[in-house]
Amino acid sequence: MKIAVCIKRTPDSESRFKIAASSTAVDETGLKFDIDDFASYAVEVALQINEKQGPGETVVVAVGPDVVQETLRKAMSMGADRAVQLKTDAIPYDGLAVAKALAAELKAGNFDLVLFGKHAFDTSAGVVGTATAELLGIPCVTAATKLEISNGRGVARRELEGAAEMVEFPLPAAVTIDEGIARPRYPSLKGIMAAKKKPLETKPAQLGAVRVTVKAMELPPERPAGRIIGEGTAAIPELIRLLQTEAKVL
Amino acid sequence: MLDFFNIDSLLSEDERAVRDSVRRFVDERVLPIIGSCYVDGRFPKEILPDLAELGVFGANLPEEYGCAGLNNVAYGLIMQELERGDSGVRSFASVQGALAMYPIYAFGSEEQKKKHLPRMAKGEVIGCFGLTEPDFGSNPSGMITMAREQADGTWILNGSKMWITNGSTAQIAVVWAKTNGDKSDSSIRGFVVPTDSKGFKSKDQKGKLSLRASDTSELVFQDLVLPADAILPKSGGLKSPLMCLTQARYGISWGAIGAAMACFEEALEYSKTRVMFDRPIGGFQIQQERLAEMLTEIVKAQLVSLHLGRLKDAGTFTPQQVSLAKRNNVSIATDIAREARRLLGANGILAEYSAMRHMANLESVYTYEGTHDVHSLVLGQALTGLNAFK
Repeated sequence: MKIAVCIKRTPDSESRFKIAASSTAVDETGLKFDIDDFASYAVEVALQINEKQGPGETVVVAVGPDVVQETLRKAMSMGADRAVQLKTDAIPYDGLAVAKALAAELKAGNFDLVLFGKHAFDTSAGVVGTATAELLGIPCVTAATKLEISNGRGVARRELEGAAEMVEFPLPAAVTIDEGIARPRYPSLKGIMAAKKKPLETKPAQLGAVRVTVKAMELPPERPAGRIIGEGTAAIPELIRLLQTEAKVL
Repeated sequence: MLDFFNIDSLLSEDERAVRDSVRRFVDERVLPIIGSCYVDGRFPKEILPDLAELGVFGANLPEEYGCAGLNNVAYGLIMQELERGDSGVRSFASVQGALAMYPIYAFGSEEQKKKHLPRMAKGEVIGCFGLTEPDFGSNPSGMITMAREQADGTWILNGSKMWITNGSTAQIAVVWAKTNGDKSDSSIRGFVVPTDSKGFKSKDQKGKLSLRASDTSELVFQDLVLPADAILPKSGGLKSPLMCLTQARYGISWGAIGAAMACFEEALEYSKTRVMFDRPIGGFQIQQERLAEMLTEIVKAQLVSLHLGRLKDAGTFTPQQVSLAKRNNVSIATDIAREARRLLGANGILAEYSAMRHMANLESVYTYEGTHDVHSLVLGQALTGLNAFK
C-alpha cells in the first residue's frame, strides 16, 4: 500500500518550558525537539501495515523549516522509504494553512492511506488531520486505537467515554492515530545510517493565508506551597472547614 | 539529561540519533529491571535479541560483516548509554564487540570474519575473551595457557582463564595462548574456541559484590582439540590482545561517563525533592558543592572522550591517550557514584536507587581493563621514558 504519514516536530514533553521574550512562543533555547509522540505512533502503524501486507511505500511529510529534515530522517531511520519537506520559515499555528499545504502535496500522490497523529503535543489542536481529509475529499476517522486494513477497506477502533466504537470506511482514507495503538520501534543503528541515503525532497509549502496566530502565551500561576494543618483525626474538622471556606470544593 | 556545556552541538545528527535511540532503549528496557537483576545476581539475557536488533554489537565494525559501520564517537555514545543502565550491560556489549568481534575482524581470515561476525552482530553467537589467568592479571605476558600444534595441523589447548565476562553465556571464546612450548610473549596467538568443545569447562564465579548483573566465569581447557582453522592467522605476540584492550578501554572511558551521569541525575533529582529541616536538601551548601563537583567532572570527562573519539576516527589516537581517558573517567565516575550515594542518605543503600549499584560496579571497572594503577604507570612511562614494570 502507498501510505503517507504527516508528522510534526515538537519539543520533548519532559522539557521545562519558558515563554520567549516575544510572549507569543515558547523559548526554544536548550529545548530538545523530536518527532511528536502521536506522529511516531502513526509512522509505526504505517510500517506495520506495509510489513504485513507486503511491498508498499511509506512516505513521511512534514511542514516546516529545515530543522524538520532531522525529524523526517528519524522517521526514515524507523523504516519510512522517503520523505518530503514542505518548506516554511516556521510551522504556522493555523492548522488549516498546514492542511492546505499537505493536501496540495498529497492530492496527486495516489495514497491509499494518509495517517496523522491525533494531535500534536505542542498545540493539541487536532485540526490538521481532519482538515486535510476534507480538502482531499476522503473519509476521515479520528483518534484510532486500532486499525485493520483489508480488501480496500479499513476498520478502526475509537475509544469513547466508557465504551468503544468500531467504524468502517473505504480507501483512500485519512486516519488520525491515538496512543496505545502501537509502540514505536527503536530506530536501529543501521536504520539511522540508511536514513541518510534515503530520498528527502524539499518543496515550498503552499500554505495560503495564515489566519490564526498566537497573540500571547502565559504559564499557569505557581501553586502555593502546601501546608500541614494538624495530625490524625484531630485535624479533620479544620480540614473540612478549609475545604469549604478556602478551597471551596465542598 | 542535563547538557550543561551544550556538548550536543559538537555531535553530528546521526551521532545524536544513535545516542537517543540507545538512550530510549535503556530507559524503557534496562532501567525498569536492572535493580532486581542486580539483587538476584543475574544478567538480563531477555534484552539480548532486542539489543542485537538495535545493532549495538560491534557497531563500529563495517557493514559488509553485518555491523552498523558507525564512527567511534557514535560507538562511544552507545557505551555511555548502556552503562547509564548498568556496567554489566555495557561490559556485555564491550566484550561482544571490542574483545570478541574486533579480534576476529582484525586478526581473522576472511572466512572467519564471514562465518562469525554477522551472527555475532545479530546476537545469535555470543563471544567472550580469555586473556587474564588466575595468577596473571596485570602481567598477561606471564600466562601459562599453552596451545600445541599437532602433526595434522590441529591444536591442543591446555590452561585456564579467570574473570571472563560472558564466559558461561558465550558460544565462542577468543582465547589467547602461548604456542608450542615457547614461554616468551611473542608466541602468544589468538584462537576461536567453540565453548561446546570437549575439554572446555566454564564455571560461574560466585560471591561477587560488584557487576552482579553480569556473567563472570572461570574457563578451563583440558586437552581441548581445536581444528587448524581455529587460530586467528594475523594474531602474533602480546600486542594483539593489547590492541583489543585498547578498543575496549576506549569504550569504557565513555561507559564510565554514563554511570556517572546516572548517579548525578539521580542525586540532582533527589536533592530537589527530599525535604529535611523544612527545605529541599539541594538548598544546603554541602549538597550544592557535591552536585557542582559531579557536574564539573562529568563535563570534563565528556570532552576528553569526545576528543579521543575524534582522534580515533582520524586514526591518530595512541594507547597512552586511551589510558589517560580510561583512568580519569572511571576514577571520577567512582567518586561521583560514592558522593551520589551519600547525598541520597539512607535511601542511597537501596537497589531501588542506582547510586550504590553503580558505586559497587565501578570498583570492578576501576580494576579491569588495566587497573587504575597500571594506567598511571603507562602514563608515567610515556612521560619519563622509564618503564616501572621492569
